[in-house]
Amino acid sequence: MAQTIQLQVNGAPYEREIEPNRLLVDFIRYDLGLTGTKEGCSVGVCGACAVLLDGKMVSSCLTLAASVDGSSITTVEGLAAEDEMNAVQRAFVDYGGYQCGICTPGQVVAATALLNENPSPTEDEVKEWMMGNLCRCTGYYKILEAVMKAGAAK
Amino acid sequence: MNGFEYHAPDSLQEALQLLQQNGEDAKLLAGGTGLINLMKQRLAQPAVLIDLRKISDLNYVKPDNGTLRIGALTRHRQVETSAEVKERVPLLAETYKHVATVRIRNVATVGGGLAHADPNQDPPPAYLVLGASVKAVSSSEERTIPLDDFFVDYYETVLQPDEMLTEIEVPVPPANTGTAFIKFLPKTADDYATVSAAALLTLGEDEVCQEVRLAFGSAGSTAIRARGAEDMLRGQRASVEAFRAAAEAAKDEVDPLSDPRGSAEYKRDMAEVFARRALEQALADAQARLAASGRR
Repeated sequence: MAQTIQLQVNGAPYEREIEPNRLLVDFIRYDLGLTGTKEGCSVGVCGACAVLLDGKMVSSCLTLAASVDGSSITTVEGLAAEDEMNAVQRAFVDYGGYQCGICTPGQVVAATALLNENPSPTEDEVKEWMMGNLCRCTGYYKILEAVMKAGAAK
Repeated sequence: MNGFEYHAPDSLQEALQLLQQNGEDAKLLAGGTGLINLMKQRLAQPAVLIDLRKISDLNYVKPDNGTLRIGALTRHRQVETSAEVKERVPLLAETYKHVATVRIRNVATVGGGLAHADPNQDPPPAYLVLGASVKAVSSSEERTIPLDDFFVDYYETVLQPDEMLTEIEVPVPPANTGTAFIKFLPKTADDYATVSAAALLTLGEDEVCQEVRLAFGSAGSTAIRARGAEDMLRGQRASVEAFRAAAEAAKDEVDPLSDPRGSAEYKRDMAEVFARRALEQALADAQARLAASGRR
């Protein structure tokens, strides 16, 4: 039976009717048309679908849209203020923290969540936090460098 | 994923009533990192899903009279970073740190994890050596279940269809106790273990093992206590030789299955190695604690 959910996505209010088995990643991509969030592994391992749920990083592929009724979601589209990239996005561009790009939205969301919690992480802290975001191009050194620079720039 | 009837009750009582009305057709949804995966694969197909997200009073870590009480809906990440946990039962903070990734630990709950009862999980062996118990509540009854009696088989516990796990009670180990949790990860850091081992060692006079507990994950259809190995060590002086003999005995107490993380034979061999290392690490931890308390 369809139900109505109300939530904030990237600061804007939404009200939508959904089926209870609608996954958050599908809701974001197909119902809201925000395709920056990707679906990779579908089992919570790869991190491509990472979004912030009330500020906490979660896998949108393991979350029901019904469960986020009343919550606030930030997707990769909501990280930049107007035309200004956030420190993490800027650093990913400046230090080449991407190759093919498919994992990049998840990487950027994850790194932003890290710096929100720990503004100047050590290299080990970055590695531990970011290990949940896989890069099939194996561009990890550049990603690490970008996150470290974003942390130092803050 | 199949369709289902969705409820998000405001209170525990309401959740328990829904559970009683729907029995085996219903599943409780906590963090969802286990259940949603099972539902996607159609290994679980509940007709009714009871989402516990609005129940806010089961999210806590409370020291209570020599124990630590952890609400079932407390997130893994909260236990891992809790000052109360780090001070009183550091083994738990350390163990939860090994579970998957921060993104999963932000969501997965302590009670949901135990009720999920996947034998590859990290926390169960740690809880077993700590002598933890869980509280199970239905709309008419409440009971306490020692974790030793809780796990039945793969994804199966003694919880009845109308029962919900609401709290984990963990005895705070005595001061002269060391603990360890180690995980064999030949592939990636966020993987399930090939074998994991937890140990608790309480030292008496002359480094005699007053109490010893040893448990494994990923080494059978449930988390497993190695009681034979424990019996060999209890009352003995802690030594490399004694640990080696006990670890060898522990090898016969596991019953692993071959999977992509290792053959059954290999896992059995690794159980011995990791048992020995866990015991050695628990001893070093106990010695460090004794030395630190002597200096005070």
